[in-house]
Amino acid sequence: MAPRLGVVVFPGTNCEHDAVLALERAGARAELVWHGDRAVRGFDGLIVPGGFAHGDYLRPGAIARFSPVMTAVSEFAASGGPVVGICNGFQVLTEAGLLPGALQKNRGLRFLCTTVATRVESSDSVLTRGVAAGTVLQLPINHFEGNYTCDAETLAMLRSEDRVVLRYTDNPNGSVDDIAGVCNESRTVVGLMPHPERATDPLIGSVDGLVLLGALLRSVAPGARPPAAATVA
Amino acid sequence: MQSPIVRLVRGVTAAASSRFSVLVEVRLREGIADPQGATIERALPALGLSGVTDLRAGKSFRFDIAATDEASALAQATEVADRLLANPVIEESSVSVRPTATVGSDGAGADPDPGRDEGPGA
Repeated sequence: MAPRLGVVVFPGTNCEHDAVLALERAGARAELVWHGDRAVRGFDGLIVPGGFAHGDYLRPGAIARFSPVMTAVSEFAASGGPVVGICNGFQVLTEAGLLPGALQKNRGLRFLCTTVATRVESSDSVLTRGVAAGTVLQLPINHFEGNYTCDAETLAMLRSEDRVVLRYTDNPNGSVDDIAGVCNESRTVVGLMPHPERATDPLIGSVDGLVLLGALLRSVAPGARPPAAATVA
Repeated sequence: MQSPIVRLVRGVTAAASSRFSVLVEVRLREGIADPQGATIERALPALGLSGVTDLRAGKSFRFDIAATDEASALAQATEVADRLLANPVIEESSVSVRPTATVGSDGAGADPDPGRDEGPGA
């Protein structure tokens, strides 16, 4: 049975259909979950996709944190449920306190829309399990506020606990320590600025996103047969 | 005519309904890079305005709040700032509070347009 993933949709989210398509391509069943829903039952994992939740008013993710679904997402995460936040979803998860740090305006104040090389730094997360550390993936980025920051103490903790999941090989936005993605203590909640769901078709330049989505599907359903593209790592 | 109890209850309500004008300023914590402030600072010499250093960009918020007294208004406004307006990971805030108008007693109702000392908000 293919794993069942929920894709959370806030007003202003705009990557939910890409995420559903990519997850289905990777072998999952995927369904949209509206931000007003108070329950997220029956899912093997959740995706908080990219966009501009609640218009990014105040700060990206600052208002989304109060959407009814976020209580359910937090409970799902607390019970060990895998949650992956992509781009705006990463911002939402940091605002919700599910991931450490914050994302501020890019160094240079430019909106970045390009494909960058990222390096998998830890194989120990729901998004990278089975992917060798050092694997370089070409992934699109599409953000104005992707400049990851945290205090020195948090950075030291992330390093010592091997919780930096993904780094840029050529830092595009000023993120501290080249960080492109981090995970929580239990390694089941992951946030990243690059968009793996937009790198799942040769037609749009890269299929490297399937490496991460395939790893996610294997993580959420260990019995599931990994899709062929996910074994490229 | 109102009974003394109604008067008493209204009196309590009125006391709880003093209004205070709040200004919250949010700025990035020291040590957190401020690309926006840096860009503004770099733009100033182009206008012939020199000598500006350490420019930091921030946000300000104005709102009114109902409270029994100024200390309580400050406590409430500080909670608003800490829990929503600022992200404590990267930002800090300062809160100032001053009285605006008091709700009229005995059912007279609130002044619909309390005067303000400062200019209108954006």
